[in-house]
Parts: sequence; C-alpha cells; structure tokens
Amino acid sequence: MRTTINSLKKSEKAIIKDFDIDIIPLKLLEMGCLPGNTVELLQIAPFGDPLYLDVNGSHLAIRVETAREIEVEIIKTEF
Amino acid sequence: MIHQNINVALIGNPNVGKTSVFNQLTGLNQQVGNYPGITVEKKIGFCKLPHNIKANILDLPGTYSLNASSIDENVVIELLLNKNDKLYPDVALVVTDVENLKRNLLLFTQIKDLEIPTILVINMADRMESKGISLDIPYLEEQLKTKIALISSRKSQGIEELKNLIVTYKSISAEPCLNASIIDKEYFNNLQKAFPDQLLYKLWLVITQDVNFLNLERKEIQGPFTKSHTELKRLQQQETIKRYQFINDVLKVGLAVDSSVAKDFRSKLDRVLTHKFWGYIIFFVILFVIFQSIFDWSSVPMDFIDSTFATLSTMAAEHLPEGILTDLISQGIIPGIGGILIFIPQIAFLFLFISILEESGYMSRVVFIMDKIMRRFGLSGKSVVPLISGTACAIPAIMATRNIENWKERLITILVTPFTTCSARLPVYAIIIALVIPNHRVLGFLNLQGLTLMLLYLLGFGMAIFSAYVLNKVMKISGKTFFVVEMPNYKLPLFKNVAINVIEKTKAFISGAGKIILAISIILWFLASYGPGEKFKNAETIISTQANNHSLSKTEINNRIAAFKLENSYIGIMGKTIEPVISPLGYDWKIGIAIISSFAAREVFVGTLATIYSVGGTDNETTIKNKMESEIHPITGAKIFNFASGISLLLFYAFALQCASTLAITKKETNSWKWPLGQLIFMSSFAYITALIAFQILK
Repeated sequence: MRTTINSLKKSEKAIIKDFDIDIIPLKLLEMGCLPGNTVELLQIAPFGDPLYLDVNGSHLAIRVETAREIEVEIIKTEF
Repeated sequence: MIHQNINVALIGNPNVGKTSVFNQLTGLNQQVGNYPGITVEKKIGFCKLPHNIKANILDLPGTYSLNASSIDENVVIELLLNKNDKLYPDVALVVTDVENLKRNLLLFTQIKDLEIPTILVINMADRMESKGISLDIPYLEEQLKTKIALISSRKSQGIEELKNLIVTYKSISAEPCLNASIIDKEYFNNLQKAFPDQLLYKLWLVITQDVNFLNLERKEIQGPFTKSHTELKRLQQQETIKRYQFINDVLKVGLAVDSSVAKDFRSKLDRVLTHKFWGYIIFFVILFVIFQSIFDWSSVPMDFIDSTFATLSTMAAEHLPEGILTDLISQGIIPGIGGILIFIPQIAFLFLFISILEESGYMSRVVFIMDKIMRRFGLSGKSVVPLISGTACAIPAIMATRNIENWKERLITILVTPFTTCSARLPVYAIIIALVIPNHRVLGFLNLQGLTLMLLYLLGFGMAIFSAYVLNKVMKISGKTFFVVEMPNYKLPLFKNVAINVIEKTKAFISGAGKIILAISIILWFLASYGPGEKFKNAETIISTQANNHSLSKTEINNRIAAFKLENSYIGIMGKTIEPVISPLGYDWKIGIAIISSFAAREVFVGTLATIYSVGGTDNETTIKNKMESEIHPITGAKIFNFASGISLLLFYAFALQCASTLAITKKETNSWKWPLGQLIFMSSFAYITALIAFQILK
C-alpha cells in the first residue's frame, strides 16, 4: 500500500515522492510541496481534519482529501 | 508633481511584514484608493529619500507567486507587465522574511525574470540570532544578482540603509538570476523567435495567466503555442521545481541555520490554540470579550456624540436668522452628520480587534480549527474571517472571501455574510432596544438590554449558518475543492500598523457611507418640508379652524400644524401609501418613511426618524430617543414603539438586506446580477414574514 501524507503520525517526517499533477493545486507546489522535499506533520485539527504541516520549511495547513493524493516515504528515525 | 518622483513597488508574500515596511517608509503619508473598476485596495505612499529624491511607494497586494489565482494577485501581474503604466516601478523591492527565505525567494526569481531592477529586502533580521540563522550577504548578492537590505521593520533597523540603496536604483541589476526556459528548450526558443521584441517570461505569463496587455493579445500568442491544460500545468510544475533547485543550491552556501539555538515558542502556543477543547474555548472567550467591550466602551462616546448634535441643532435654530436655510441646517444637515459620526466608536473598535487578530497570526489558527465544522454547512474554515469581519461591515467582509479557493464555498460565504450583524444595524438596534426592552438586571450581572443585543448577534450568525446549510443542499455546483492556508509565525501586533489600519478603514467607511447618509438626509428634509396640493398649502387655516372648535393653546396649535404638514408632505404621502403593507407588522407611516429611506443603507433609519421628528415638533433639545418614546398612535393612543412593534422592527432589520453597497459588491464579486437579486428577494421576504409573525403573536 502506498503511504500518503494523511497516514503520517504526529511529528513524523517524510520525503515527498509523487502526486497527480491534475489534482494538486499550483499554489501548493509554489509553497514548496514538490517531489524530493521533506514534510513533517505538526498538528492535526480537532475532528481529524485539516492537517498542519511543515513542508520544506513552510508552515501550512491542507485538508485530508488533498493530503491523500500526495505520496511520501517516511524517514526512518534511528534508535 | 507625481511623475517626477521615482516609482518604487513593494512586492512580497503575505505575512512577511510588507505593510510594516510600507509604513516605515511612508509614515502616515499615504493614500488608499481602489484600482479602477475593481475593489482591490491600492495603497500609495510618499517618501523622501537622500539627495532630494522623492519616491512614490506602491504597496502591491501580497502574493505567493506571479501565477495569479485571485484578482488581488492579478493586479500585481498587470502592473509589472505594463511598462506604460504611470506607476510602473523604476525599482522593485521584494520583501522577504528571514525565516521563510526559501519560499519567499520563489517570487523574487520571477520578478527578476521581468528584468526590473530589484532589491531584495530581508525583513525580521532581528530574529536571526535567536533562530540561529546566519547569511553570507556578498555571496547571495552575487548569485541572486541583486542588492540586499537586511532590515527589521518592527525595530526600525536598516530603514535608512534601505533608503540609501533605493537612491542607487539606476545601478541595480535588472538581469534574471536563472534561466528557467531550459525546461522545454524547443518550445521556448520558438516562442521567442515568433515575438523577438518581447520578454520571454512575459510571453509565458500571458500564455498561462488570464491577463491582457496592450499590444500583446492572448489569442494572438496562444494560437500556435497553445497546449492542453495538463501540459501547461506540467510545464509550470517543472518551472517551479527548477526555481526551487536554484534557490536550494544558493541557500545551501548562503544560509546557515544552527537548529540547536532555535527554541520553539510557536509549537507550544499552537498546541494550546488548536487544542480540541481549549482551542474552541479560547476562541469563544475572545469573541465574547470583543463584543462585550465594543458595547461597553463605545456607549459613552456614542451618547456624547448623540447629545452634542442635538445641542448643535438647537443652537443653529436659535442663533441663525430664521428661514429655509436655517431649517435645512438645523433639521436636515446637522442630524444627518450626527447620524454618520455616531458610528465611529463602534467601527473603530471592531476594526481594532480584527486587525489585532490578523496581525498576531491567530486568525489562521481559527481557520484551522473551524474548517471541519464549517464544511458541514458548505462553508470553509476561511469563511470564519468574513463572518467575523461582517460584524463591522459586509463590504470588506465579502472582499475577504477572495482567498477561499473553492468557488462554491466562496459563493455561499458571500451570500450569507450579510446576515451577520453589521455596524450599520447597531444604531437601529440600540435605539429600539432602549425603547422597548426594560433596563433590568437578571441573575445579578446580565443586563437585559445587553442580553437582547447579544441574542440579535447570535441570531445573525445562526441565520448565516442555517442559510449556508440550505444553500449547500440546494446548489448544484461542483468544483475542485482545495484548501491551503499558511500558518504564519506568531507576532506581537505593532501599534503603528494596527493604528494606521483602523484609521484608514474607519475613514473609508465614514466617507463612503457618509456621503449617502448626508445626501439622503437632505433629500428627506425637502420631501418632508414640501407637499403637493391645497391641503399642504392651507395647513395653517385648516388647523386653526379646527382649533377654534376645541379651544387649544398656541403650542398645541403649532404642533398640530407641523404634524398636519408632515402628513401631507411628499414623504408623508409616500409613507401613507405603503402603510397598508406595513401596518400588519405594527408600523405606522412614519416608520414606513424610515424603512423606505433606509432601503439603500439601514443606518439611515435613525437619522430619518430624527429628521422627521425634528420637522414635526418644536422642541429641539430632546434627543431622538425621547421623541420616539413620546410618539403615540393618533387613534388608539398607544405607544408606537411598544414591545410587539419593537421586536418586529428588530427582526425586520436583522434579516432584511437594506444595503445598496452590499448588492453592488456581491454583483462585482460574483460577476452576475443573479446572486445579488436572489439575496435581496430572499432576505427581504424572510424579514417581512418573521416580523409579521412576531408582531401578530406578541400584540
């Protein structure tokens, strides 16, 4: 199963892999949501939506329905 | 002379402190207007630079990039693409936040591609130490082909250096700092060959954006160079990636962050303010405090303004020579101006609180915690901002919907915002509540009048949410839904920014609404002082004949004559004509006149009653409230403003759309007459029906 942003846990970091360009708005790309950049889930809003992210150093919130379209690879933390 | 000054454009992402830089450069020396034909705010200020050079500083709307997605952003592109515009910048200042340099530089690289001399202003430099940030300025200047000004607009640091830099604008590089066209060499080469005189990036913007400019029409270029939507978007994505690659490479060397230094205050505050329980409690407490303080704090200055104008009226009537002109001044113009100025305290307080919430960064957190709830009603978390600012005025509130990306959510927000209790309803509520609700305390601390007012606010919000829910079910519009909101860093609001904002907004409101109110007051006075036919002309004789049979005193006769004249004046006839329609709601023809005249702007209601009762009576000292209090029904002898008719009026004003400016702005923002007309019909008939039911039950 592919991992997407909405399946991240709080304060988990990941690398953006790929997304469907027709669904993801240009504005989100301009804010740094591009393949290869890191993303961290900072907060989840009450009732589980939207999600508060740190994308490439930018702090922004998107809805789960958008987060579901962005495929990521979780960065394994060393123990 | 404006055209001898140099033009400086301030460009930047939202939340980088661009407006504080603008305020620092210009002080209070600024003009706020609109761009022709659209309601985007145009802010120009003036600044004296060294060597006797003067500059026009233009504060452009905040934008994340030159790919416009709203009319605010379009303004930026249209200006920067049009060299013949008289505000076309001699030099551009791209304002950035040192903590968000990476994202902010995206816009910078785009502006550089337009070959305008550009200075990079790195703001909030005072935070560098506490965040462990260090910059290699000479390296960055070389790579980005620019001059850098490190400033802190909050602490007034680096402003003089920035002014000195602006003066050297002729020697500042206008070269692009990267070549993004290599993403599709063939396509861009052909494009340039077809239009050798044009800037390549300009052509690309015209192809991808919705802008026209002068001799370069979209269609002409698009023909041979058209691409499918997906292809264009793919190219735009590649362009964005290319730009970020360049920025990342430059910052890898030019910017160092020692993350061990950075202590995060933000995440702690976020945890509390977006908490699933405390987040909402804090939000509602803030709202409650805002509304309570607005009424508490502004009642004193409002009473003062009200009584001052009543005194002024009397003084004018007593000291000026008798005649029509004096009557016009004392009964038309002075009460009219008073009716405008009485708004100032409440509007200023509302704008004060709203700008503090926005400046501090808290508003984004409210958007974040409210989104899921608001979506259930077809709204967006971003609708919270218009609904709150709608309590000041629906016009700026409807303009604030522009950052709602989804069209359906935006449209619903526009349509329901006029239900929120705007400040124009306040004087109407205030006076009617004072007349019909007893000034008692319940449970020891709640004032019954205050409680009624709060209920009316809740009613406004409730109605807005309820109609949104209905509209969401009824409307069949599907659009791509997406939602991106920036969560800016928390900032202590700057007194200067907040103060300038409050002054500008209040001024704009007063001069906008003021002109209408004043004009209507004067027209009303004429309509009330003149009438057609014999009855009006012979008022004195008719009443005197009647008086002989009733043996009345002189004052009583004079009062009767005045009342008789008013009844037979033009406005009296208009009021009488609609009386059958409104009497089931408990209103007489005088209230009818007030409703007619407040159709274009509801705040006119109180002023109209003031004018009508001034024309009708002889004693000028009493305030409007006293005059309304003593108004009785000529046949039954009951008070006109009683509990039943009062509640009915409150409900009517809560729901009816009596605001020409709201209709105009809805037309502008939705680009169709269909929505404002629907709004008008729905709200007015709903108002009529609820007022009717309320009066019939309570009477």
